[in-house]
Amino acid sequence: MTAKWTPKPSLPPPALEKGIGGWIYKNLFSSPGNAVLTLLGAALLLWAVPPVVRWALLDANWIGQSRSACDPLSADAPTGACWVFIKVRLGLFVYGFYPDPERWRVNIIFVVGALALWPLLAPTLFKHSRVQVVYSIAAVAVVLILFGAKPAGAALGFFGLPFLLARISLKKRLPTEAGGIKGIAPGAGLALLGALAVYGGLRWLLGPAPSGAIATLAALLCLPLIFAKPLSVMLWRGIFLFTVYPLFVFFMLVGGVLGLPHVETHYWGGLFLTLVVAGSGMVTALPIGILLALGRRSEMPVIKTLCVSFIEFVRGVPLVSVLFMASVMFPLFLPEDVNVDKLLRALVGITFFYAAYMAEVIRGGLQAIPKGQYEAAQALGWSYWKMMGLIILPQTLRLVIPGLANNFLSLLKDTTLVAVIGLLDLLGIAKAAMADVEWLGFTKEAYVFAAAVFWTFCFGLSRYSVHLEKKYHVRYR
Amino acid sequence: MPTHTDPSSTDSPKIIVISHLNKWFGEFHVLKDINLAVDKGEKLVICGPSGSGKSTLIRCINRLEKHQQGQIIVDGIELTNDVKHIDQVRREVGMLFQNFNLFPHMTVLENLTLSPVWIRKMPLKEARELAFHYLERVKIPELADKYPGQCSGGQQQRVAIARCLCMNPKVMLFDEPTSALDPEMIKEVLDVMIDLANSGMTMLCVTHEMGFARTVADRVVFMDGGEIVEENDPENFFNHPQSERTVLFLSQIISHEFKG
Ligand SMILES: Nc1ncnc2c1ncn2[C@@H]1O[C@H](COP(=O)(O)OP(=O)(O)OP(=O)(O)O)[C@@H](O)[C@H]1O
Ligand SMILES: [Mg+2]
Repeated sequence: MTAKWTPKPSLPPPALEKGIGGWIYKNLFSSPGNAVLTLLGAALLLWAVPPVVRWALLDANWIGQSRSACDPLSADAPTGACWVFIKVRLGLFVYGFYPDPERWRVNIIFVVGALALWPLLAPTLFKHSRVQVVYSIAAVAVVLILFGAKPAGAALGFFGLPFLLARISLKKRLPTEAGGIKGIAPGAGLALLGALAVYGGLRWLLGPAPSGAIATLAALLCLPLIFAKPLSVMLWRGIFLFTVYPLFVFFMLVGGVLGLPHVETHYWGGLFLTLVVAGSGMVTALPIGILLALGRRSEMPVIKTLCVSFIEFVRGVPLVSVLFMASVMFPLFLPEDVNVDKLLRALVGITFFYAAYMAEVIRGGLQAIPKGQYEAAQALGWSYWKMMGLIILPQTLRLVIPGLANNFLSLLKDTTLVAVIGLLDLLGIAKAAMADVEWLGFTKEAYVFAAAVFWTFCFGLSRYSVHLEKKYHVRYR
Repeated sequence: MPTHTDPSSTDSPKIIVISHLNKWFGEFHVLKDINLAVDKGEKLVICGPSGSGKSTLIRCINRLEKHQQGQIIVDGIELTNDVKHIDQVRREVGMLFQNFNLFPHMTVLENLTLSPVWIRKMPLKEARELAFHYLERVKIPELADKYPGQCSGGQQQRVAIARCLCMNPKVMLFDEPTSALDPEMIKEVLDVMIDLANSGMTMLCVTHEMGFARTVADRVVFMDGGEIVEENDPENFFNHPQSERTVLFLSQIISHEFKG
């Protein structure tokens, strides 16, 4: 005989578990210890927050154009922060000593950079090609409104070419069935010819230096066209961001071409220098870090030794001394007449320094990938680089997002160290501004402003890394 | 759709020839003078106690392990240090692993299409069609957009089989494909393997599924201590084992099967 089984009815949870009261009880006062901690925390907040808010917001002085607005000697002067100082000196904080009439050049690189970066950071929003097209038109319009026709023409090329290139495959056009060198030779030849034509065309427009660079770039951009299949628009956007955009930034900021006056790098400074150093540091350190990590795990003893010694050397010295070496020692090894720009030397120093750290983070991730993944890939016939690029590294990078985010954040903040070799980043400029005799006594405001700007960028970066983590960890293992 | 038997290359019936194979892990002599030849379309089951070198032997066939002495020829290509030869052999030989080794960051469909597209340069559309063809064959087309982590073990192993088949191999190696699975799932994987065997695929299986060996195998190879102790057709292997060692092994396996 089997007994009949009826399930027990589901009851509602006890009242204490529900509602705001339940939440407060459960999370804040569930035990005497918890209650004490809650009260202590509340007291701490009450003690610390109001004065800060009063100083920074309520009692602060926002109005005025000069020092007299916040003069502590005048009777009606507010007792809080003097944001007039920041307002008046904002140009200095953002652009450093970059000459006033040329500051639009800094603006344009930021506007174009932000417009180009957005689709790559939020690819799900830009899945449909129609959205992409509309966005690109909007981007060109933004540049047109802000900066005029000529820059808009350049922007049209920058945002439009990815669509065109994404439809072209030289290998399909040129009937070459051959693989290897023979297969890519016609395409490569055509690319070379194209590059020469670009060079010839640009030479009398721009002068030899930029034409050479642009032609080389054009040739490089032709390389992906030799693949049998066209690459996607998104991929081309990425390629453009990492090849065309840096070149654009370089010629835009340095000038000396197309009638743009030359601006030496020692005029650069402020937030924009911080972002240039941090941005170029991040995008170059990561790939170098990946290569170093792979090299360290390589079975080839020479490569392995080189990578290990590089990493261990760099990790053993402080960044400040790397920067000093880059700025003071490095020129000693060069011939007298060769002069590498100080900013460039600092950039190289920071890049390699952080590449070493990222390499170790990535190596940690590589070690977490089971051996079976390599074996499965090899058994399917994958070669080393393809296997790494499509199977192992995508998994590794997903695993090490938190570690890499850490590195990126400290890189961003360590850009302040370029001050030791005389480059004035945001913090350096803030210090310089405090020393201004006209504005003595406003150090607090300057430091708080610099801190707030850094915090904003770091927090954004940190949220983005959390977003990536979430995006890649759903459904995954 | 591709077929597995290619009539144009039937000139030599032996698809794998292993002669005087020796391998060491450091000082340890894992494989001792192995001689083995496998016909096209033959189903070989390799069994033996743990540590006898079964995995090592089949991993030598697609060069996941490097041998030090002797010769391995797969479909007329000798395995040496020459990377080109290794690549060619790996294209002909598919392998299944005990723990599936699907790529966890891709969907099932991507797992299946990735290799044809990148290694065989197949257009994506064609690769997808092929992938669905084989997913249907292993009876799980509905899993195409799932991630491996969302599939059961048996489903994952069937996806792995489909992934192999998408590369159109001539030989398939199985290294204990069912030993990480629950009993109910073992059957679904074995069914697929039997179906594959009936289609004429050359198969080398390391397995302890004696039922599978009895029904499918053309030949059973028994290994112990890095040597081939005995090889015979299943009928004689199970009913009239020649060596004392085989008798002992079979008695253990069979008593275990009865208990389980
Ligand atoms: N990479 C290695 N380095 C050193 N020794 C190894 C290595 N791989 C396997 N061995 C040893 O070689 C022997 C044979 O291993 P193998 O994996 O081929 O055995 P097996 O017959 O497949 O056993 P099992 O049934 O447990 O899978 C074992 O003693 C094992 O410890
Ligand atoms: Mg084994």
